[in-house]
Amino acid sequence: MDLGPHAAFIVSAYVIATLVVAALAVWIIVDHRQQLRRLADLESRGVTRRSERGPSLPRSGGPAPGPIGG
Amino acid sequence: MALIDLANPTRFRALADSVLPWLGAATVVAFAFGLERAYFAPDDYQQGATVKIMFIHVPAAWLSMMGWGLMSMAALGTLVWRHPLADVAAKTAAPLGAAFTLLCLVTGSLWGRPMWGTYWVWDARLTSELVLFLMYLGVIALWRTIDDPGRAARAAAVLTLVGALDLPIIKFSVDWWNTLHQPASVFRVGGSTIDVSLLAPLFVMAIAFTLLFFTLHFAAMRNEIMRRRVRTLLMMQADAAGGH
Repeated sequence: MDLGPHAAFIVSAYVIATLVVAALAVWIIVDHRQQLRRLADLESRGVTRRSERGPSLPRSGGPAPGPIGG
Repeated sequence: MALIDLANPTRFRALADSVLPWLGAATVVAFAFGLERAYFAPDDYQQGATVKIMFIHVPAAWLSMMGWGLMSMAALGTLVWRHPLADVAAKTAAPLGAAFTLLCLVTGSLWGRPMWGTYWVWDARLTSELVLFLMYLGVIALWRTIDDPGRAARAAAVLTLVGALDLPIIKFSVDWWNTLHQPASVFRVGGSTIDVSLLAPLFVMAIAFTLLFFTLHFAAMRNEIMRRRVRTLLMMQADAAGGH
């Protein structure tokens, strides 16, 4: 395909578009992995929301379970 | 499941997990088709092959405005209903909108140099689009300045709604002022002035870019929901440590 005398401008526009889209995608993928890792780390240390704790935990009577472990 | 149930952040995260692969696949297919159509599109009788820049410049311009429009709707959700998912939608749309606005400005410059003889002029369309880019940066900065997500969301929502005034200025700038930028040629009274051989690839590329935006937005929203959950858990951990 002949892009004519302005080929450099056309190719530059497509290359820059590719780089911008790739940068957005990489940023989002890296951020996703980072958040997954942080959540897994917290959950492995027993830090979970009350609603996510097992039914074996006391719901009433005695001291309320703290947010860590239980 | 009622539609309103999807506005629950946890349910939205589950929805995003199941929808994202399909949305991503649709984006790839749309881009493959669109780029193939753009590659084989004929040269313009005046602009020659540089018209191929239109296939990325125009969708990027549309998305730059759609991004702010989406943020404006989310801002209403934040201010009127105080819904946390509206905050998440607004916050994550800002960097995407900024990226597409930057892409619009850069590709416009690269198209302008061979066609107008200059990379930049301070005409109303270009300037109002640059203002939109600066406003995106302002909103991103505001989100990063305020620690509490609820307070940041309300401040950003007010700025977003005020900034929405720029959208009609961008759209009608070419009608209200004498600009070097061409007047509306796709969505105009009396129909498009672009030949269908160029219009068809443009619409396919616009669909591809729109799918890309929503794919990235869904993924970024999922990340933000997880980030807030991490923040909540860390605060619970800190509270517990302080209480013992």
